[in-house]
Amino acid sequence: MDKAKSMIDKKGASGPFHVNNGQSQRGFHSNGSCCSSNTFGSSTGGSNSSTFENMHHVHRGDDAECNGSPAKRCRLRRRTESLRRSRPPFPWFGMDIGGTLVKLVYFEPVDITAEEEQEEVENLKSIRRYLTSNVAYGKTGVRDVHLELRNLTMCGRTGNLHFIRFPTQAMHHFIQMGRDKNFSSLHTTLCATGGGAYKFENDFRTMADLELLKLDELDCLIRGLLFVDRVSFNGHPEGYYFQNPSDTQSCVKKTCTLDNPFPMLLVNIGSGVSILAVYSENNYKRVTGTSLGGGTFLGLCCLLTGCETFEEALEMASKGDSTNVDKLVKDIYGGDYERFGLQGSAVASSFGHMMSKEKRDSISKEDLARATLVTITNNIGSIARMCAVNEKIERVVFVGNFLRINTVSTKLLAYAMDFWSKGQLRALFLEHEGYFGAVGALMELLKTTEDP
Amino acid sequence: MAEFVRVDSSTSGHTMDKSITLPPDEIFRNLENAKRFAIDIGGSLTKLAYYSTVQHKVAKVRSFDHTTKEATGDNLYEISMQEEVTARLHFIKFENAYIETCLDFVKDHLVNTETKVIKATGGGAHKFKELIERKLGLKVDKEDEMTCLIKGCNFVLRNIPHEAFVYAKHADSEFRFQTTQPDIFPYLLVNIGSGVSIVKVESEDKFERIGGSSIGGGTFWGLGALLTKTKRFDELLQLASKGQHTSVDMLVKDIYGGSYGSLGLTGDLIASSFGKSATADKGETWEGPKFSKEDMAKSLLHMISNDIGQLACLYAKLHNLSRVYFGGFFIRGHPVTMHTITYSINFFTKGEVQALFLRHEGYLGAIGAFLKGAEEDNPNQYSWGENYAGSSGLMSVSPEMYPMQRARSGTFSFDMLEMDRLEGKLVNLPLLQDASSYIPDTVDLTEDAHAREYWLYCFEEALDGVVQRAVASQPDMPEAAERAEKFRQKYRHKLQTLRHQPFAYGSLTVRSLLDTREHCLNEFNFPDPYSKIKQRENDMALKYYQKAVKCLDELSWEERQYALVRGVLAGNVFDWGAKAVSDVLESDPEFGFEQAKRQLEERPWLVDSYDQWFERLKGPPHKCAMFFVDNSGVDIILGVMPFVRELLSRGTEVVLASNSGPALNDVTNGELQILTESIAAMDPVVQAGLREDRLTLVQSGSSSPCLDLSRLDKVLAMVVRERKTDLVIIEGMGRAIHTNYYAMLSCESLKMAVIKNSWLADRLGGKLFSVVFKYEVPATSQHSAALTPS
Repeated sequence: MDKAKSMIDKKGASGPFHVNNGQSQRGFHSNGSCCSSNTFGSSTGGSNSSTFENMHHVHRGDDAECNGSPAKRCRLRRRTESLRRSRPPFPWFGMDIGGTLVKLVYFEPVDITAEEEQEEVENLKSIRRYLTSNVAYGKTGVRDVHLELRNLTMCGRTGNLHFIRFPTQAMHHFIQMGRDKNFSSLHTTLCATGGGAYKFENDFRTMADLELLKLDELDCLIRGLLFVDRVSFNGHPEGYYFQNPSDTQSCVKKTCTLDNPFPMLLVNIGSGVSILAVYSENNYKRVTGTSLGGGTFLGLCCLLTGCETFEEALEMASKGDSTNVDKLVKDIYGGDYERFGLQGSAVASSFGHMMSKEKRDSISKEDLARATLVTITNNIGSIARMCAVNEKIERVVFVGNFLRINTVSTKLLAYAMDFWSKGQLRALFLEHEGYFGAVGALMELLKTTEDP
Repeated sequence: MAEFVRVDSSTSGHTMDKSITLPPDEIFRNLENAKRFAIDIGGSLTKLAYYSTVQHKVAKVRSFDHTTKEATGDNLYEISMQEEVTARLHFIKFENAYIETCLDFVKDHLVNTETKVIKATGGGAHKFKELIERKLGLKVDKEDEMTCLIKGCNFVLRNIPHEAFVYAKHADSEFRFQTTQPDIFPYLLVNIGSGVSIVKVESEDKFERIGGSSIGGGTFWGLGALLTKTKRFDELLQLASKGQHTSVDMLVKDIYGGSYGSLGLTGDLIASSFGKSATADKGETWEGPKFSKEDMAKSLLHMISNDIGQLACLYAKLHNLSRVYFGGFFIRGHPVTMHTITYSINFFTKGEVQALFLRHEGYLGAIGAFLKGAEEDNPNQYSWGENYAGSSGLMSVSPEMYPMQRARSGTFSFDMLEMDRLEGKLVNLPLLQDASSYIPDTVDLTEDAHAREYWLYCFEEALDGVVQRAVASQPDMPEAAERAEKFRQKYRHKLQTLRHQPFAYGSLTVRSLLDTREHCLNEFNFPDPYSKIKQRENDMALKYYQKAVKCLDELSWEERQYALVRGVLAGNVFDWGAKAVSDVLESDPEFGFEQAKRQLEERPWLVDSYDQWFERLKGPPHKCAMFFVDNSGVDIILGVMPFVRELLSRGTEVVLASNSGPALNDVTNGELQILTESIAAMDPVVQAGLREDRLTLVQSGSSSPCLDLSRLDKVLAMVVRERKTDLVIIEGMGRAIHTNYYAMLSCESLKMAVIKNSWLADRLGGKLFSVVFKYEVPATSQHSAALTPS
């Protein structure tokens, strides 16, 4: 919280859930019933710095209201109804707080009856409207609209599943907002997974009076993944692979489902990487992990090129050429190293050319970004492949936000699996890359309440 | 990939330096007869290898022709100095900058060679091909780098004891040397050059690159140079050793707030390398690096070491291998990288696999290339031993360590390895209970600082006496004093090196200190300083032999058994190798056998299993006893021989194992043959033994005052097997206390020694002249129980 404040003080920057542009403003203003103070962010005026103060202010008002008996009665009724129907009260969230990104899934019921609509407390309604009518929240919060799962039935309710992410660094703003929203008054269970569920548990409690239901991230990941694959991506398969991965010309993306998914090697590439051998929904083991993951790619790119975001880094990488940075087998042997069956085009030493000062002085940022991406990706591929062989599993599923908008990596992984295993291994990818943990957390919410 | 890449980057800063004059006495020795050259040119260092012969003076003993005996006085045998030619391998490592100077030097000193070809390997081989051919007039014949590496690796693992070590930064001794395994295969070699090659080696000729990684030394260097603007590899390592990776890396606790308990991931574990440099809130404040160079270098080092360690473990697991050796320029001589790799391997295998490093890792390519060129000589049919006098030792003057600093200081630094061809092939004693876990030495001075302090002091103190005796042993050679002085300097320098780098030649032990002294003495042509003393003592003791035997024969059987043991022990008091005794011997030459007996500790001895031994003697005789003998003179003649005689009388065959070459006043095989014959001439029991081949003499294959049961002459091992040896007797402090005190044999064993060193006596809880009489019977009863069906 102190950190959050100091950020604002220093830079006058907005929080992540500050609504910035016209679109979101329209969203709120068009909805006359909504007071800006009840939203995740303020849209009033252009002064970003006022955002949090507004929220603080309103927050106090909310508190006063909550203590009043009518609202309390209303909430109680809703809870008992929900319980009767063995369904948790809205809002339904699942959250996965990772090292770099927070992934949030939100179930928006679309089968709300008029009666429900009427009973719906103001702040709940405003949350729903705020989340569903915006695609960006604050400076860094984003809703991945293209991933939305529509007309999904969960726990007997029909609705849309929304996928939202924001940087973990903004976690304190988020918690603060939860307090300002008086989220605790909704008496929903906040299911959270990822390391942040543990790290921020106390902050949720002390700052926002919220108790987290902490869930194991790997349990959630697997449950969420299997669920999304099962319900399909709005009628299309969730999974995909690359046909002819070894041939850049004829390499094409093909969709697929994970029917009969077990056993699979699940490679989750977030800030770091976890590799799991999954034998059934409840039977899996973490085989290993590596610290060379998405965080390494971005961290190194930031240091090497001065870029600031993943998108920027990927953009640069897409334009670069890693062979100006990496030393290939042919750079050393003039061709293939036949004694060991190594192709001349194989990378012998990542960043190997950079040992030379002349080459360091003339290298482009794009080439550096590309080499960083290729190095990290190849290394993950190599470790994953070894694990697959050691565990005797032929299907390797790659997930995690490192793969978001990252076709360079997905294609490279597909190629690496195919090439080094001589076609034995197949790399599979899933459209909802980094959101499975959050989905799994949401499912836990629905499951908990079903239990007597 | 191995280490090619450094050629273009690091040598670019060097210029050929011809102004340096080489110290010819110290480097490129024995070039006159050199042949079979090989060269391995890496990114910054060149390793030159050649085979040569060394002429040595050796002391030979020869029995006098008895018909002309009167001319020679009382002496039983004569001693003569002879020239002997032995084979030696030379390996020299120096910086590439001096390659031209070195080649010129080699050319100038090369006289008798018929060599036409030089084998070459390493990334720089092609770059310097033309230069080598022009300078040396030899044809450069390139050999595959990895093949050379593996050939070299096999060679050092097989021939150099304590070649491999485990690195433990925070332990009392950083280097924990491994005992040589009887079978070195299979193993995994992880070569970390600019990239990483992982090679599975199954036999001398069968190996396969099973994997690798592009993230290697080149990545550390290249990426490190970009991040820190530091050019040199060793400077990057220095930066890394000062940094804090936790400010750059995202740890588990940065994500979880603590550990991830359910997976057993501790909070300090790195979750994402460089993860903090991504999430760092630089935003508008981006004004260049906000992380320190040191921290980034450290994070990078961890990232790369962990990654390589992980891959190595995955491959080791897949191929079910537990011995993993690491090499390449990333590792070579750098404690920082050895530590991080070790850490990584421990983490990923939970201790199942140990990261092993090699003392002569930098020479593997050169050794391999040399062996390729020497195939017709078949060097692998011999055993070779590291010559301590001619080898620099681990990290002593290693040019790897900050080469630029030294280059600036203008000193030419080089590192050497010399290996002597040993007579025949050395093998294990077949009676070792577990050859793979056998450690000859009782105390590892690398790990025991107090003991190390004492023994280094002790050897330094004794040096004057050794020098004097060396000079005295060659009275008719006027330059002996000068040579002895050189010996003194050399050995003193070795002791100084060992004081600072006890790990220089593997585990430091009393044995290695003694052996180093012998090597240095040989180096300066003092092959046997004790030859005259031994001769005199042998002659003197022989005069008492019959009397001693007669006395023993007059005793009852029971009394005699005890007297025989006391005789061996009293004889063992006579030892020039022990400081306390050499003082007495020198001041009072009349110090007699009877006096020695009185000096002995009364029973119960410090270690006393005489009663068990005595009980055993009441039982059936042993089939065959192998007796590792110790000193000349009273010891062998009045102590050991009567004991042997009794064994023969009991119907036990006896094999006397003595040193092949001289060491202190230990009786050599040559001397013992003459002694045995002259004893046989006055003793019918011994004579019958020799005649009926129930008493045989073998050489141990060693020239050390100590005994390594894993490196013995092949013939000895054969005799042990053929004669079904069921008793091994080891006598003397060097063989039964400094070494083999804890050796477990698969047959009965008897270890007898008198402690003639007060410090050691103190250590063992005894006093000067305390007796160790250790009779052991292996727990064979357990084996038979296991074989019995229940």
